[in-house]
Amino acid sequence: MATTALRPAATYRTGLYEWLTTTDHKKIGILYTFNSLILFLVGGIFALAVRTELAQPGLQFMTEATYNQMFTMHASVMIFWVVIPFLAGFGNYLVPLMIGAPDMAFPRINALSFWLLPLSAVIALMGFPLGGAAAEGWTSYSPLAQAKFSTGPGTDLWIVALTLVGTSSILGAINFLVTIFKMRAPGMTLFRMPVFVWTTMVTSVLVLMGTPVLTSALIMLYIDRNLGGSFFNTALAGGNAILWENVFWFYSHPAVYIMILPAMGIVSEVIPTFSRKPLFGYKAFVFATAGIGALGFSVWAHHMFTTGSVYLPFFSLMTFLIAVPTGVKMFNWVATLFRGKIRFTTAMLFAVGFLSLFLIGGINGAFLAAVPVDYQVHATYFIVAHIHYVLFGGSIMGIFAGLYYWWPKMFGRKLNEGLGKIHFVGIFIGMNLTFFPMHLLGISGMPRRIADYSATAGWNDLNLLATIGGFTIAAAMLPFLWNIFVTLRGGEPAGDDPWEGNTLEWATSSPPPPYNFDHLPPIRSERPVFDQRHANDAPALTAGH
Amino acid sequence: MAANSSALTTHVAALGESRAHGQRGISNPILGMILFIVSEVMFFAGLFAAYFNVRLNATQWPPFVNEATFKPFQIHHEIVLPAILTTILVLSSVTMQLGVSAIRRGDRTGFLRNTGITLVLGLTFLVGQVYDYTQLGFGITDTAFGSTFYTLTGFHGAHVLGGAIMLSVVLYRGMAGQFSAKHHDAVEATSIYWHFVDVVWIALFSTLYLL
Repeated sequence: MATTALRPAATYRTGLYEWLTTTDHKKIGILYTFNSLILFLVGGIFALAVRTELAQPGLQFMTEATYNQMFTMHASVMIFWVVIPFLAGFGNYLVPLMIGAPDMAFPRINALSFWLLPLSAVIALMGFPLGGAAAEGWTSYSPLAQAKFSTGPGTDLWIVALTLVGTSSILGAINFLVTIFKMRAPGMTLFRMPVFVWTTMVTSVLVLMGTPVLTSALIMLYIDRNLGGSFFNTALAGGNAILWENVFWFYSHPAVYIMILPAMGIVSEVIPTFSRKPLFGYKAFVFATAGIGALGFSVWAHHMFTTGSVYLPFFSLMTFLIAVPTGVKMFNWVATLFRGKIRFTTAMLFAVGFLSLFLIGGINGAFLAAVPVDYQVHATYFIVAHIHYVLFGGSIMGIFAGLYYWWPKMFGRKLNEGLGKIHFVGIFIGMNLTFFPMHLLGISGMPRRIADYSATAGWNDLNLLATIGGFTIAAAMLPFLWNIFVTLRGGEPAGDDPWEGNTLEWATSSPPPPYNFDHLPPIRSERPVFDQRHANDAPALTAGH
Repeated sequence: MAANSSALTTHVAALGESRAHGQRGISNPILGMILFIVSEVMFFAGLFAAYFNVRLNATQWPPFVNEATFKPFQIHHEIVLPAILTTILVLSSVTMQLGVSAIRRGDRTGFLRNTGITLVLGLTFLVGQVYDYTQLGFGITDTAFGSTFYTLTGFHGAHVLGGAIMLSVVLYRGMAGQFSAKHHDAVEATSIYWHFVDVVWIALFSTLYLL
């Protein structure tokens, strides 16, 4: 092992004080991961509450007011405190390692970015004890979100919390971009960067350009609610509810790419490793990522087709165009698998699960880009099906793939593969049981965000099926949590490079020392660790070559 | 141990090399500040979008402050004080740049003098803006125009205040002798931010009073 650390193993100080004050990007990455995992369970409980209520027609378990809080906080928690920070956590842990840097560019700002997350989560969830959390849906449309209709502190707490999450994201994005532009190791040119670093970079640009617009929208909503402003308040002169939808979706559509691009990056690291092939079409993948980022800012109004105040042909066309770079990536992955020596580890299973589920999410997204179809299924369960195939089938499957893949690097011990496979099978079956029936419910007209429905509408069986699926997902999380518990106490030691990886994080010890590398392998391609492993395999070149 | 010490040497050498690699071009704090300003531009873009949306939907411009009495906003009549404030802020950008040039030459006295003048000009702008608010005769609740006017100018004022705090820190550190011709990233970053705040004001002034 040519690249053992100076010390036999990293000596992490385990004291609470160390974890509370750390500026080490790896520890901050781990903090992000566990914070997101805890909030994933919280958001999951909200989802189970929604599914339990919908299992049968009629109101059995909660009032409509409570139900509204449940679906609002489910979406808010999952988007702003789970998927986005989970992926930012991977970025924190991996980007400096992958580019051969000792840490992020601004370690203390990095710690601030993290600590804003639990703080803001507590603020948002404080609505529950203080008389009701936000309940107008995560999109918070006016006039419903105005003070007259959304009374109580929940919505204001939600606004403050989202502003803090936005600040955390923006500071994180600045940190990633400076780190990637300025701290790459010698030899690590832009086109030798691992694909995950590219996706984090494009994501950071989206955050940098999009999130401040959400912040401005939230501030305007706050002024409307608390200072008597009339930005979105149609009850006052000049107020315009559509303005909110424009500024909100100007961030929140790119946010979908913020939530999927790094997951694509994770999958693009996992699939080549377990296919024992380089990623097919590295540059095409990079340009497709940049293309998705650029197009991502010109499609926001496809959420507003039915408002009648957007130019339909333009936004429909741009939305269809997004399918082109996404399709390029699909071919990248499938061609990487083609004739590969595939190892079906748990990480690989989740990555392949990502491919199949995200494909469905992409195709039903193309349905929605067609204006006539969108008019028909707007605000029905078809939308719920689409977003879950993208965010659960895409982002969450990618996150799990990443957890199983990089867990050995983070903690020096592998997650148990047997428990992992049970986890995968449960998640994959439960996910399809939950969300596939929603397509049919949506087409047959079931609106989203309703607590009750008619027993004669023909939606009973599919709703019951979706609820069974929801509890299957919850049950499948138990072997995962058990896996974490037993692995941290004594899992199989991983060694530096358990999977025969390609990128620089596998060139240091597991877990890496605080300074990451004492020696870097030469970087002459996008797979420096592969090159080093096979340095002596190739026949020596004769003179003149 | 021999292997370890050679590894350590390589490590230090590699670190030295990577540090040299990173020192080329723009420095980390300044790139960070420029990226931060990109995000600030997008923040103000959101607020400007709201303003132009209000203006697009208005039946007449400037709008009535009171629909019942048909009393229009007097924005165009009240341009004198804002014009003076604009001049003050533009002048402060000039003095800021003089301060940066001074510290680049290693002239600490000139740097401190110009930074001090910049801070005083910035604070004068803030006082003038608060006085202007008291004279306008309409508030944030007076139609969507009032909301956009006070949100835009208010958030700009908050950014001037933020810039003034940064200038105070720079001034304090300058008086403590922490800056030299070679080491003054904080001064450069603050100056970029100050110029940005100035540019936002010029855009605001042109939009609200001239356009």
